[in-house]
Amino acid sequence: MTRPTDFTLRGALDALAAREISAEELARAHLDAIEALNPRLNAYVAVTGERALERARASDARRARGEAGPLEGVPLGIKDLFCTEGVRTTAGSRILGDFVPPYESTVTANLLRDGAVFLGKTNLDEFAMGSSNTTSAAGPVENPWNRRNDPDTRLVPGGSSGGSAAAVAARLALGATATDTGGSIRQPAAFCGIAGMKPTYGRCSRWGVVAFASSLDQAGPMARTVEDCATLLRSMSGFDPKDSTSADMPVPDFAAACGRSVKGLRIGVPCEYRLDGMPAEIEALWQQGLEWLREAGAETVEISLPHAKYALPTYYIVAPAEASSNLARYDGVRYGLRVEERDGDLQDLYERTRAAGFGAEVKRRIMIGTYVLSAGYYDAYYLKAQKVRALIKRDFDEVFAASGAKVDAIVTPATPSAAFGMDEKQDDPVAMYLNDVFTVTANLAGLPGLSVPAGLDTQGLPLGLQVIGRAFDEETVFAVGAALERAAAFEALPAVMAGKTARAAG
Amino acid sequence: MSYTVEGSTGAWEVVVGLEVHAQVVSESKLFSGAATAFGAEPNTQVSLVDAGFPGMLPVPNRECVAQAVRTGLGLGAEIHLWSRFDRKNYFYADLPQGYQISQYAHPVVGEGAVEIELADGARKRVGITRLHLEQDAGKSLHDQHPSKSYIDLNRSGVALMEIVSEPDMRSPEEAGAYLTKLRQIMRYLGTCDGNMDEGSLRADVNVSVRKPGEGFRTRCEVKNVNSIRFVMQAVEAEARRQVEVWEEGGTVRQETRLFDTARGVTRSMRSKEEAHDYRYFPDPDLPPLVLEQGWVEELKAALPELPDARRARYARDFGLSPYDAHVLVLEKETAAYFEEVAHGRDPKLAANWVMGDLFAALNRTRRGIENPPVSARDLGALLDLMGDGTLSGKLAKEVFEAMVETGQAPGAIVEERGLRQVTDTGAIEEAARAVLDGNAGKVAEYRGGKDKLFGFFVGQVMKAMAGKGNPALVNDVLKKLLG
Repeated sequence: MTRPTDFTLRGALDALAAREISAEELARAHLDAIEALNPRLNAYVAVTGERALERARASDARRARGEAGPLEGVPLGIKDLFCTEGVRTTAGSRILGDFVPPYESTVTANLLRDGAVFLGKTNLDEFAMGSSNTTSAAGPVENPWNRRNDPDTRLVPGGSSGGSAAAVAARLALGATATDTGGSIRQPAAFCGIAGMKPTYGRCSRWGVVAFASSLDQAGPMARTVEDCATLLRSMSGFDPKDSTSADMPVPDFAAACGRSVKGLRIGVPCEYRLDGMPAEIEALWQQGLEWLREAGAETVEISLPHAKYALPTYYIVAPAEASSNLARYDGVRYGLRVEERDGDLQDLYERTRAAGFGAEVKRRIMIGTYVLSAGYYDAYYLKAQKVRALIKRDFDEVFAASGAKVDAIVTPATPSAAFGMDEKQDDPVAMYLNDVFTVTANLAGLPGLSVPAGLDTQGLPLGLQVIGRAFDEETVFAVGAALERAAAFEALPAVMAGKTARAAG
Repeated sequence: MSYTVEGSTGAWEVVVGLEVHAQVVSESKLFSGAATAFGAEPNTQVSLVDAGFPGMLPVPNRECVAQAVRTGLGLGAEIHLWSRFDRKNYFYADLPQGYQISQYAHPVVGEGAVEIELADGARKRVGITRLHLEQDAGKSLHDQHPSKSYIDLNRSGVALMEIVSEPDMRSPEEAGAYLTKLRQIMRYLGTCDGNMDEGSLRADVNVSVRKPGEGFRTRCEVKNVNSIRFVMQAVEAEARRQVEVWEEGGTVRQETRLFDTARGVTRSMRSKEEAHDYRYFPDPDLPPLVLEQGWVEELKAALPELPDARRARYARDFGLSPYDAHVLVLEKETAAYFEEVAHGRDPKLAANWVMGDLFAALNRTRRGIENPPVSARDLGALLDLMGDGTLSGKLAKEVFEAMVETGQAPGAIVEERGLRQVTDTGAIEEAARAVLDGNAGKVAEYRGGKDKLFGFFVGQVMKAMAGKGNPALVNDVLKKLLG
């Protein structure tokens, strides 16, 4: 019989439906795995075991009554950027102190509505700012994968959703919620050998998700298969009147789209994504992916996205600008950390609280953002970045145009490298920011982007391919992603995972 | 004729522009569902959005937008179908989000104008530059604790309309008349209750002075003035201060000042409070505000009659004097009262009673028109009793006073006190004969040509009838008997 932690989400739902396993057993198996492995991986910042078991039992009762929801009994990890009612929420920062939200984010409430069981809150870069999950106040997350020839070097899981990615890869959850502002779902998914979907901006409500950059932030799922991502996304999605940027659009059956043929689809290959100095194995994997799609009946087309090369600098102006304003509310006055002032000086309260509460990377981005919005610099930085953003979006509009479309989806590498060591790139923020080079365009244009594990590099580390689609056409993205997944038949396993290490230890 | 400040170097002209912050009449706040009632216990009308909790998002309240559009329409202003909310970033303890959401670059309402009327009857047009929607901040209470400030977030997120005028006003009186007119229009529209003592209407007063014929000189902004009288005083005080500065060879520095109402002078605010770089940028949580022309047309069609139109109608249809019409429309409650009294009756008579006896009664009883001692319906009934001859003018005044005192309807008072005037000619003739019989000498004198004795006979008959004789009938009967 399948070890409970080895189920895919789909497989677990089938087993639950067939009464081969109970939600309680499934939750307990994952909690045991977390207990065994989390001290090393640090993927969870909080484990809500009792609550999980209680909900699992309630889930079993619902199923027994014939009231099973679409995710009935599925144990999930929740990125600690989602506010969860009655459960401390930190955003990976000291500044939120012991903040316990009296409300549940719309996305997590949707998952609970559909029967999901939350195991705990997963680690992340502070305020979702980072690509290595090393900026968290709760400490770094370790990637469950190791280099074949260098097994002792601890690798980063990517970021900012590094805890969710590591948890899913190491079988500490069947799936997880994540958020993606510049690549924070897709890059860690690629680094950890799992699938991750950033849906169209507006598909998932942002209500109750701690904001980083409002015009770019979007919640999405992580899971070990494309179809599992699709199943989770369907539950997470939907119009929310509490979010003015939420889209009032019907939510299709994304999982059904995973079975669609890609025959006749036109797949765009943007020449601008062929970077100087990009590892040959990534280029090779990209070509392999395109070949798989051609074999499945799709047509590949060279396209140009001429403004893509400006995406990274544009992103690193827009995102910090919004962040500098979004993070102004963490001031020590109403909730979270407060470092008492001297001499009753309010300014002093702000300075002490924010100096103690924010980490270096968050401070750097607040300062960049404050600078680019300042009088005298606004036009040169923020306004110009907004104009370039419009051009980047126009590039996509042209290739995806409704009439005479050049392509139906775009396929690129997900990241410019495989996972790197925890001590690497930490002193050079620009080198770190380059991790997002392939992913930020989808955020700037508001488009769906899916990362699919497609192969290993020479060190045995996973590499991902990215599928970008039209706004609100996640179905085509899932279809292409599932086709890549089938062809790649990615079956490699991480060094650290539930069951496996237990054997090694025994 | 025109207002000037006399300095040692001659006359100075005053230039005034106003930024008025008007609280929108709405059940809930601009971007949250929290209530807006005045005077609630501190921090009882605060949603998680208003308190700036993590992950909370603003959702525009459609009614607040409608109120802004109605106000714009009432000011004859251009309605922008596309507008946008920006963030104005600054740190303060009563600003939970760390920014105020405001329409900095693209306001919902553009240029318009209002006409003001001055004491000498002159009229003047004051241009409106723009009207935009924004959130109010909370309130810092510095007097509750020896070393701490308390914060009340009830106001946090309440919708305000900021209405910016052109620098078209030239005197304290014009500034006062403009604010009065703006308040009147918004109260007619029901978009702002205009309660200045509750802070529903506040003005930032921009003042500069210049020699006649010059261009504009540097202006100062007197912040947060909360009554029409204080606005007028602030203009005068600030103008005098600036004239002194210029005449002493100094230069007026552009700055923000406060009006010290106790001393009647303006004071400079600490420069630290002005040194903000607000880092305005479009609020990424809010898509642009896009209105449909059809919706604006619907709002326009449903607008109530505004004071200028009403005043014109009173003059045209009712034949009221411009002054009477002006007075009756000043407050929409007065106009509504008057219209109820005038309905189906002589409007001039109604106007006289409202502006005469009713206003006097309001003053005497210290009550407002919204809570009058005599209802419009009862006053109308009183006029009807005069119209059908039940009451003489003199009796009507007596009945009115009784109505003020007792709150009873006029019919009841007439019955109870037997004040019904006597129209029975038999009874009048009987009384008249008795008077003439008792004054035979005077009758002889009258017949001898002393005409003015007629009034004496009328007085005696009325006295004999305890004032209840119908005056016209008494006259007729006496003429007949003496003739």
